[in-house]
Amino acid sequence: MGAVLLLSVGTVWGLAFAPADYQQGNSFRIMYIHVPTAIVAQSSYMMMGVAGLILLVWRMKLADVVAAAIVPLGFSMTLIALFTGAIWGKPTWGTWWIWDARTTSMLVLLFLFIGVGALRDAISSVETAGRACAVLAVVGMINIPIIKYSVDWWLTLHQSSSISLTSAPTMPSSMWVPLLLNILGMYCFFGAVLTSAVRTGILIREQNTVWVAEVVAGEVDNDVF
Amino acid sequence: MFFDSFGAFLAMGGHAFYVWLAFGLTLLLILGNIWRVRALRRTFFRQYMSKQVRSREDMKELHL
Repeated sequence: MGAVLLLSVGTVWGLAFAPADYQQGNSFRIMYIHVPTAIVAQSSYMMMGVAGLILLVWRMKLADVVAAAIVPLGFSMTLIALFTGAIWGKPTWGTWWIWDARTTSMLVLLFLFIGVGALRDAISSVETAGRACAVLAVVGMINIPIIKYSVDWWLTLHQSSSISLTSAPTMPSSMWVPLLLNILGMYCFFGAVLTSAVRTGILIREQNTVWVAEVVAGEVDNDVF
Repeated sequence: MFFDSFGAFLAMGGHAFYVWLAFGLTLLLILGNIWRVRALRRTFFRQYMSKQVRSREDMKELHL
C-alpha cells in the first residue's frame, strides 16, 4: 500500500508538476524511475551479498531463501535502470549505449544477477546451490563500490550524483521531493514483493513439515490465496 | 501543473517517445514482478494440494 501511494504521488508529481530541466527539457523526467531503480538494484545486490555471508558463516537457512528471492527482483530493477538509462541517453547523449564505466559496471551487475540465478538452477542439491550462490554473491559485491565511484574514478559520460544524504540538493525542492518519494516508494515495492516471495519460499523449503500443512490448510479454509 | 494542456503533457516537449517508453517499460516490469510472486504462491498451493510435490526434485521446478 505504501509503495503504491509513494510511487503514484512521486510519479505524477515528477511527470506533471515538476519544472523541466533547463538543459534537457522534459526527458529528465525519466530520472524519476531511473535513479530509484538503480539505487534499489544496488541495495538489493548488497542485501543478497550480506544474506550470502550470513548463510556461509551462520548456516541460516532463511538467509538462503531471502538471497534466492532477491535474484529475479534485483535483476528486474537493474534491467529497468539500464533500459531507462538507454532511453534517457538517446535524446541527451545522442546514443542508446556507451561503454563507459557506469553503464558497463551496471551491465556487470545485471550479469551477476543472471549468473547467480543460473548457478542456482544448475545445481540440484538445495544446500550446495545455496552455498555456491552465496560465494558468488559475496565475491560480486566488489562491483557495488565500483558502480558507485565509477563516475568519480573514470572520465565518464554519465553525470555524477545529483543528490546525496550528506549535502544540500543541487536542484529545487519541486524536483527532488518527488524523486525522494519515488526512491522510498521503490524500496517499499521491493520490500513488499520480496516479503511475499520469501513467505512462499519458506513454505516451499519446509513443505515436508507439519506446520506448513497446517498453514496451507488454514489458507485454503480462508480462501486467501 | 507544469504543462499548459493535457496535450502538452502527453507531448513532453517533443520527448514523448522516450519518456513514455521508459515509464511504460517500468510499469510492465513492476506489474510483471507482482504477477510473478502471486503466481509462485498459487502454484505452490496448487501443487501442494494435489500432493504431487513432495519430493525435493519437484521443489526445484518452482523456480524461486
